[in-house]
Amino acid sequence: MNGFGASLGRLVRGAISPKILGIIGLLAAVCLYTALASDNFLRLGNLENVVHRTALFGILSIGVAFVIITGGIDLSVGSVVCLVGVLLPWLLAEHGWSVAAAVAFVIGLGSLIGLIHGLLVTRLGLQPFVVTLCGLLIYRGVARGLTQDQSQGFGTGFKGLRALATERFAVFGEGGFAIPATAVVFLTIAVAAAVFLNRTVWGRYLLALGRNEQAARYSGIDTDRMKILAYVISSTLAALGGMLFVLDINAAQPSDFGNFYELYAIAAAVLGGCSLRGGEGSILGLAVGSALMVVLSNMINLVHPRYQNIEFAIIGGVILAGVIADELVRRAARRRPRGAAA
Amino acid sequence: MPVLLEARGIGKRFPGVRALDDVSLAVGRGEVVALIGENGAGKSTLLKILAGVQPSDTGSLLVDGQPVVFRGVEDALAEGIALIHQELNLADNLDLAGNVFLGREPRRAGFLRPQAMRQEAGHWLRMVGLDLDPATLLADLPIGRQQLVEIAKALSTRARLLIMDEPTSSLSAREAATLFEVVKQLRTQGVSVIWISHRLGEVTELADRVVVLRDGRNAGEIADRAGIDHDTMIRMMVGRDIDRLARRPSHRPGEVMLTVAGLRTPAHPAHSMSFAIRAGEIVGIAGLIGAGRTELLTTLFGVTPPVAGSVTVAGRAFAPRTPRDAIRAGLALVPEDRKQQGLVLEMAVRENMSLASLRQASRAGFIDFTAERRLAAEAISQLAIKTPSDRQEVRFLSGGNQQKVVLAKWLALRPKVLLLDEPTRGIDVGAKAEIYDLVHCLAGAGVAVLFVSSEMEEILSLADRVLVMHEGRLAGELGRDCLTEEQVMRLAAGGAGRISA
Repeated sequence: MNGFGASLGRLVRGAISPKILGIIGLLAAVCLYTALASDNFLRLGNLENVVHRTALFGILSIGVAFVIITGGIDLSVGSVVCLVGVLLPWLLAEHGWSVAAAVAFVIGLGSLIGLIHGLLVTRLGLQPFVVTLCGLLIYRGVARGLTQDQSQGFGTGFKGLRALATERFAVFGEGGFAIPATAVVFLTIAVAAAVFLNRTVWGRYLLALGRNEQAARYSGIDTDRMKILAYVISSTLAALGGMLFVLDINAAQPSDFGNFYELYAIAAAVLGGCSLRGGEGSILGLAVGSALMVVLSNMINLVHPRYQNIEFAIIGGVILAGVIADELVRRAARRRPRGAAA
Repeated sequence: MPVLLEARGIGKRFPGVRALDDVSLAVGRGEVVALIGENGAGKSTLLKILAGVQPSDTGSLLVDGQPVVFRGVEDALAEGIALIHQELNLADNLDLAGNVFLGREPRRAGFLRPQAMRQEAGHWLRMVGLDLDPATLLADLPIGRQQLVEIAKALSTRARLLIMDEPTSSLSAREAATLFEVVKQLRTQGVSVIWISHRLGEVTELADRVVVLRDGRNAGEIADRAGIDHDTMIRMMVGRDIDRLARRPSHRPGEVMLTVAGLRTPAHPAHSMSFAIRAGEIVGIAGLIGAGRTELLTTLFGVTPPVAGSVTVAGRAFAPRTPRDAIRAGLALVPEDRKQQGLVLEMAVRENMSLASLRQASRAGFIDFTAERRLAAEAISQLAIKTPSDRQEVRFLSGGNQQKVVLAKWLALRPKVLLLDEPTRGIDVGAKAEIYDLVHCLAGAGVAVLFVSSEMEEILSLADRVLVMHEGRLAGELGRDCLTEEQVMRLAAGGAGRISA
């Protein structure tokens, strides 16, 4: 076998840990159930939409996972989505900014927000929960204030930019499955994140400090800088996600755009094997976790539209069941050292 | 002497390991039995079974000759058997009385009765020599006295047998001496004690009888007080003779490697310290707990930056503001708390070993896994680390092997100055000797070694020269020619010292 094949094999084997087999099974079960109960699930349009939405939420989830790995939390994701989602059309349509300037501004704003969160958490020693909870309140308030609570959209313009979120690539020919552009964006970010986390020095540092910050510091790791980096990644990806969401939908209502998205992102990360205690996380798991959230919502829409008003309760119940099952499996596994003689 | 507790033919298996195999032990009333053995010999498992923390697979327990079955700690307590953990189980936000009666507070209609509680607590506290106001906040006591509170708590449950797991591991010599007195006092009142310790000096002083475990089996017993001596115990524990106390010749000191001038630590800013260490020298820091020894090391290592003073490593001055600065300057620290500060327990052996030197095993930020594996393989064979593979999580290793992983982490960086804080605390005799070998080997290669130890044997046998600290200052320095236990203790207790070159 050539070197690339061998290392790819190693990468895949490393990524599919027993921990995420359970969640993959859960996803498969929900998909199977939905496909059997509704003819619409396997329709190409629906599948494309599921992939598209998984990609959008997945981007947010990867971001927040970096913070969770450091043992922190980012509750501001939904509000950053809102702020960016509102600001982008507002700057472009109302203030006539150029596309390049507006995009650079909103993404840069995301990074700046992350930097501020990171500095407050590390230099001032504030609790991540408090800092990002205040962020959640502030950014939505700012978004609503700036736009005087008016919905912001692109109208019929900016087709080129919007293609970033709406384009479908019919690589399997006309009438075949068309890959959403967002999936390409997500895949690129996911691969980059997985490589960063598992193959670079900084990824190793993040995982180490998430498990034992003191030992990491005693080993010469600049733990503050690594944590700040995690918050910057989280808010920047939230900004990118917010941009794609608004490009996709074409309109953003400041009062509810991106509402609860931080919780979806955190739930997907936890389902995907991130421990809120820090130090654990796999990107593949996150993708599966995000897909599960989207498929659950899709299942309720297709199979049980009557229950749409209890969607949250159903999603919450399934996540809780998944986490309980996961914990039980983990307890059984914890007693067995890795690599020990049988 | 009537037998209080007897364990017969105790066996216990864990997945993949036989922790105990047909172990028997008896404790008489008012008897102090020392239970000794290397790490992994089964001491902890046995004491957990005796105290009802976990059941045994086979064998039986008898109290006052009657068979008993402990389903939990409460059952053992009801028979008067109390376990005093290595880590204290106290609430430092409560007062002494509140701690003594935690969970069993005297109450009336659900309301606490603080008066009654303090009065009765005072009785038990006096029994362990703590003549203090029971309303004192626990946090205001030094750790040695907190331990006595734990004992008072056990006595207040009418305990007849105290099982003490490494009770002096975090006590200063003076605090330990107080504890010995308390134990001797309790013995005269008919209270029995099972004393587990790595410190054989204590065993010689306290024990009426010594029971030795090795590899989960009884490895003999010294039934006669007069027969308890150091070498016999070591021989029984390891099953062979270890020439542990024999000093190796000093290495010829080279250039001055570390110079500390006018250093003031944040913990003791009133005192400034100055000293120098040459390449190849092994310098010990002795002193009581709280004398500022650990703070000296953590300040040099940049964990708590100095208030004033200068540090020079191999002729180059540097300001230790963070551990990163210190590591760059050529320092390495094997910290006091291996599990909290030295290791990421849930990460692999290999990943722990490369944590400090990862930059060297990487290209443009990407980890070179081949180089990392090679590094780990070298360290595992060089330090004889017992691990099934380099992917094993460190938490599954024994204390001695964990400490070797901490050392391995630094070796790849080739430090100029190695700082060690209690390098063999909680480590068994065999691994201790290996760590001493390694320290000598490093000194031979020109590393300057500065180590803190509370174990007199370690100070006397390992150090070429000893700095003694007392309440935040350097109380004196002892060269090999005048290095005796008495000299060290005199300086540590604040007496004037003979200074030698």
